[in-house]
Amino acid sequence: MAKIIEMPKLGFDMAEGTLMNWVKAEGDKVEKGETLAEIETDKATVQVESSESGVVFKHLAAPNATLPVGAPIAVISAPGETVDLDALLGGSTTAEEKEKTEEKAPASPVSEPPVGQTVEPETPAAPGPESGASVKASPLAKALARDRGVNLAAIAGSGPGGRVVKRDVEAALETAKSPAAVSSSAFAPGQDRALPLSKLRAAIGRRMQESKRSIPAFYLTRSIDVRDLVKMRRQMNESREKDAKISLNDFLVRAAALALRQYPNLNASLDGNNILQHGDINIGVAVALEQGLLTVVLRNADRKSVEQIAAESGRLVRAAREGKLRNEDIAGSTFTISNLGMYDIEEFIAIVNPPETAILAVGSALEVPVAVNGSLQVGWRMKATLSADHRVTDGAEAAQFLQALALFLEQPWRLLVA
Amino acid sequence: MRKEDYLDLYRQMVTIRRMEEIASELYQKGEIGGFLHLYIGQEAVSTGILAARQPHDRVITAYRDHGVALNAGIPLKHIMAELLGKSTGVSGGKGGSMHLADTSLNYWGGHAIVGAHLPIAAGLALADLLEKRDSVTICMFGEGATNIGFFHEAVNLAKTWNLPVLWVCENNRYGMGTSPERASAVSPIIRKACGYGMPAFDVDGMDVLAVKDMVAERLREIREGSGPQFLEVFTYRFRGHSMGDPERYRTPEEVKKYVEHGPIERYQRYLVESQTGTPEELQKIEKKVDKELEEAVKFAHESPEPADEALFEHIYVDEVDEIEGADGGATWQ
Amino acid sequence: MAVITMREAISQALWEEMERDPKVFILGEEVGVWGGTYAVTKGFLDHFGPERVRDTPISEAAIVGAGVGAALAGMRPVAELMTINFAFVAMDHIVNQAAKLHYMFNGQMKVPLVIRAPGGGGRQLAATHSQTPDAIFAHFPGLKVVAPGTPADAKGLLKAAIRSDDPVLFIENATIYQQRGEVPDGDYTVPIGKSKVQRAGKHVTLVTYSKMVQPSLQAAELLAKENIEVEVVDLRSLRPLDMHPVIESFKKTNRAVIVEEGWESFGVGAEVAARIYQDAFDYVDAPIRRVAQKEVPLPYNRRLEQLALPQMDDIVRAVREVMK
Repeated sequence: MAKIIEMPKLGFDMAEGTLMNWVKAEGDKVEKGETLAEIETDKATVQVESSESGVVFKHLAAPNATLPVGAPIAVISAPGETVDLDALLGGSTTAEEKEKTEEKAPASPVSEPPVGQTVEPETPAAPGPESGASVKASPLAKALARDRGVNLAAIAGSGPGGRVVKRDVEAALETAKSPAAVSSSAFAPGQDRALPLSKLRAAIGRRMQESKRSIPAFYLTRSIDVRDLVKMRRQMNESREKDAKISLNDFLVRAAALALRQYPNLNASLDGNNILQHGDINIGVAVALEQGLLTVVLRNADRKSVEQIAAESGRLVRAAREGKLRNEDIAGSTFTISNLGMYDIEEFIAIVNPPETAILAVGSALEVPVAVNGSLQVGWRMKATLSADHRVTDGAEAAQFLQALALFLEQPWRLLVA
Repeated sequence: MRKEDYLDLYRQMVTIRRMEEIASELYQKGEIGGFLHLYIGQEAVSTGILAARQPHDRVITAYRDHGVALNAGIPLKHIMAELLGKSTGVSGGKGGSMHLADTSLNYWGGHAIVGAHLPIAAGLALADLLEKRDSVTICMFGEGATNIGFFHEAVNLAKTWNLPVLWVCENNRYGMGTSPERASAVSPIIRKACGYGMPAFDVDGMDVLAVKDMVAERLREIREGSGPQFLEVFTYRFRGHSMGDPERYRTPEEVKKYVEHGPIERYQRYLVESQTGTPEELQKIEKKVDKELEEAVKFAHESPEPADEALFEHIYVDEVDEIEGADGGATWQ
Repeated sequence: MAVITMREAISQALWEEMERDPKVFILGEEVGVWGGTYAVTKGFLDHFGPERVRDTPISEAAIVGAGVGAALAGMRPVAELMTINFAFVAMDHIVNQAAKLHYMFNGQMKVPLVIRAPGGGGRQLAATHSQTPDAIFAHFPGLKVVAPGTPADAKGLLKAAIRSDDPVLFIENATIYQQRGEVPDGDYTVPIGKSKVQRAGKHVTLVTYSKMVQPSLQAAELLAKENIEVEVVDLRSLRPLDMHPVIESFKKTNRAVIVEEGWESFGVGAEVAARIYQDAFDYVDAPIRRVAQKEVPLPYNRRLEQLALPQMDDIVRAVREVMK
C-alpha cells in the first residue's frame, strides 16, 4: 500500500522547508530510516528519513521547491505496485500541482518559488535527483564553499538558473565577517553593498529578538578554579589521538548536566501557567559556522561519560560544518552552553535561547594571579555567566546552580563518580 | 663469384627458410603476436636482389620483410627478438614482424600500408639525386600494390624527375587471395611500367642467380643515368598470405607444383651438379644455420621486455615537454 | 620592427631558411614557374633553381610521400599542399608515415619534413575547398601541428618548423595572407608548442588560434567598453598543445570561451575545454562555451557561407553569455 511522505516538521517554529535534493531517485529502493532527501529549514540543511520501506514511486516536489510543513513530497510504494496517484492524494494535490491547475490563483500557498523551479512535477529542475548534487553551484563555488566552510544551501545563487557562483560565495563570506574585517578587505571606499539575509541569519535574528523582547533575564557571573580540571584534562588527553581529545567544553557539558539534575527549574520551559520541568537533560552547544550560529544537542548528557560526550560533540560539530546534521542533532535542547573561550574571551553574556530557561556563557581558562592565604600565587580561573529567565527562577536558585557547577569543575573527580 | 659467395647465397636462403619455419612455430605457440607473413618460397628474390646491391644502395620493402632484413645483414638474433617484441629487437619491440629496419645497413624497412612506401622510395632517391650521390633505391612490393594509387603517383613522379629507383615487383601470384587476373587491368605487371615509359624487365624469381644478375645489370644502368627501371620477378609463396589463411583461392596441387621446383631445392641441385659444393658441405651449412637459429631464439627468449618508459620514447626527435594530458603521461603509470 | 603581410612573413621564412641551409628545398604543385598558387614562392625558382624549387604533378600522396623519403635521407623538404583540403588524399603519408616512422622504428628514422597547407572558409569555394580540419591532424601523436595567427608568429614558427627534426604540418589560412603585422628584425624562431597571451585581461579567458585571433582581439576591444576584460590566449600550436597559459589564465578568470574556425564537434574547443575541466575543475565558475563553424558543409552562396562561419559578433555574444 502506497504511502505519502510529507514535508516534515523539523523544529517548533518551522512552517516551511525547501527541498534541496533528492537522495533517493524515483525507482530507488528505500528502507525505513534511510535518508530520502535533504531539506533546508531556517536552521540548517537536514536529512529527511523515510518513514516507510519500499520503492520511491514518485517525487512530488522538485529540488529548490519550498513547501509548507505537511505538504506531500513523495510517494513510497511496494516494489512493482501500481499506484493511483489521484486517489492516493485525494483532494490534497501538491503545492506545485495546485499552482498548475489553479492558474488563476494569485499566488501559490508557498512563498515565491525559487528561480529554476519547474511547474512540471514529473520533470524536476536540474540538478536531477540522480545527480547527487545537493545545490546547483559551479565547481569553483563548491570548492570555495568546501574550503571556507560555507553552507552552499544557505546561499541564493545569482548565476543562470539560480546557480551559485563564485561571487555568491564571496558575498556570503563577506556577510559572515566582522564589519572591521569587511571594511579592510573587499570593499572600495565609500561603496555600500546590500546582501540578502540567509535563512539561518534571519532565524537567529527572529529568535534572539523574541528572547530579548519577552524574557526578563538576569545575569550572574562567577569565577571557577579550574586548576585541577586543566591538569586532569591534560592527563586524560596524553594517551589520546588528536581526533579523540577531550575539550574543556566536554567537561562543562557534563558538569552542567549534573548540576541541572539538582536544580530542575533551570532545565525547564514556561508553558502558559505551568513551569514544565523536563525529564531529559539535553545540553545544547552553540557552534559557530561561517554563515551563523547553530546549536547542536547532546541528549541525556547527565547519563553520559565525559568520553561519550567528547565523541558525540566531535561528531556533531563535524556534521554541522559539513552541513550534514539530522533533525535530532539540532532539536530538543533544554539548556544551552555557549563557549567563546577559544577566542580569548574572558567573559560575556549570552541571550537565553527560548523556550529554555537559562544559558551559560563561558570564557577562557586563564592563568591569573590569585591571593591565597595572604600571598600572591598563580592559579587557573575560568569565568561563567548564567543568563536566566526570571519568570521561572530567581537569583538565589541560579547562584546555587552555579555553585554546584563550580563544585564539579573545581573537584573534577566528582564528574567521574556521579 | 668465388665458391664461398655461391655457398653464402645458399646459407642465406636456408636461413630464411628455417627462420620462417621457426617463426611459424613460435606464432602458433602464441609467442609472436599480430600478423606474420612468411617468406617461404620467395627466398631467392630478396637473396638475389641484395646480393647485387652496393652498400650505398637503399632497400625498402613491404610487410613480408623477414628475408630482406636477413639479406640486408641484420643479425638473426635481432630479427628474432623483434618478432618476440623484445627490447633487443631491431626496432626495439615497437615495430614487430612487419616493421624490421636498420638504416645503418641502408635497409629502410618493412612497411605495412600497401603501396605507401613507394612514394617514400621516390623521396629517398630524390635526396640522393639532389645530393648527387651514386646510390640507387631498390623498392620492392607485391603485384597487388600496383593497383593502388600510390604506385601510379610514385612511378610517374620517379620517371618525371628521372629518379634513381629500381622498382621491383615481386609477383607471387596472389594479393592475399586475389590473383592479378581478378584485380589488375593488365597482366603481366610490366605492361603498367611501359605505360610510364620506363625500361621494364622480368625474371624468374625462383632462380637466385638469375635474379642477382638481372638486378646487377639494372643497377648499373640506373647508376649510368637511365632513370627509374621496372623489374617484375615471378615467384610463389608456399604458405598462406599470413597465418590463418584458409587458402580457398588455390589448390594443394598448385602449391605442390611450385614447391617441387622451389628456389632452395633448385639452387641445391645446381651447386651439386656444377660441383660448386658437395652435399656434405651443404649439410654442414644447414647444421650451422640450425645452431645459429637455436642461439637466436634463445637470445630472443632471454632478452628483456621493453621498459615501460619506452612507451613514450621516440614520439618526437625534439624535446617536447607540453604533451602531458595528451599523452596520458599522468595516467599510464 | 617592420610591418609586413602574412604572405611576406611566410615567404621570408622560406627564403631565409633556403639561404641558410642547402638541404632545404620546396616541392609542390605550382610552386615554381607559377610562383605559388598564393604567390608565397614568387621569385624562388629564379633565385634557387629548379632543383630546389620543384614543381610536382598533381599527386598529393607523392608530394608528401617523397617529402617523407627525402627527409629520411637527410634533406629538409618543405612540401606545399595547394590547400589543406587536398591533404585528405595524402592522409596516409601525413598521419601514417610521417607521424609514425620515428616511433615505429625505435628512433632509427627521422622525418624533418614541413607540410605547408592553407585552409579556411570564406572564399565561396563551396564545401570541398573551404574546410578547417586542423583538429583532425592534431589527433595524431608524432605529428606537430602549428597554425599561426600573426605574421610574426608565422615567420618564427615556419623557421622553427623547418629546423625541427620532426614532421610539422604548418597550417595557413588563405583569407589572412594580406593581414599585416609587426615582425621582429633579423633571424628569429618562435618555439613550437608554446601558447601566447596576445592580450591580458582578468574576467574571461578567450582561447583561439590562427584566423580567429584577430576577430577575438577585436571582440576583446569591444567588450572592454563594457568593463569585461578579456584575456586572449593564442594557442599557435595544436600539437604539442601548450595548456599552461590557458590554465594559468583560467585560474584567474574562472570563465572561458574557445574560438575556432572549424566545426565544433570533436574540435579544438572540445579538447581545450576538456583539459580545463580536467586540470582546473575547482576553478570553473561557468560552463565553458565554444564558438565555431556551424555544423554544415560550407555553401557557395556568400550570405549563407558567412552565416556558417564564426564571426566577431558570435565571440562577443559568447563572452557575454559566460559572464552571466
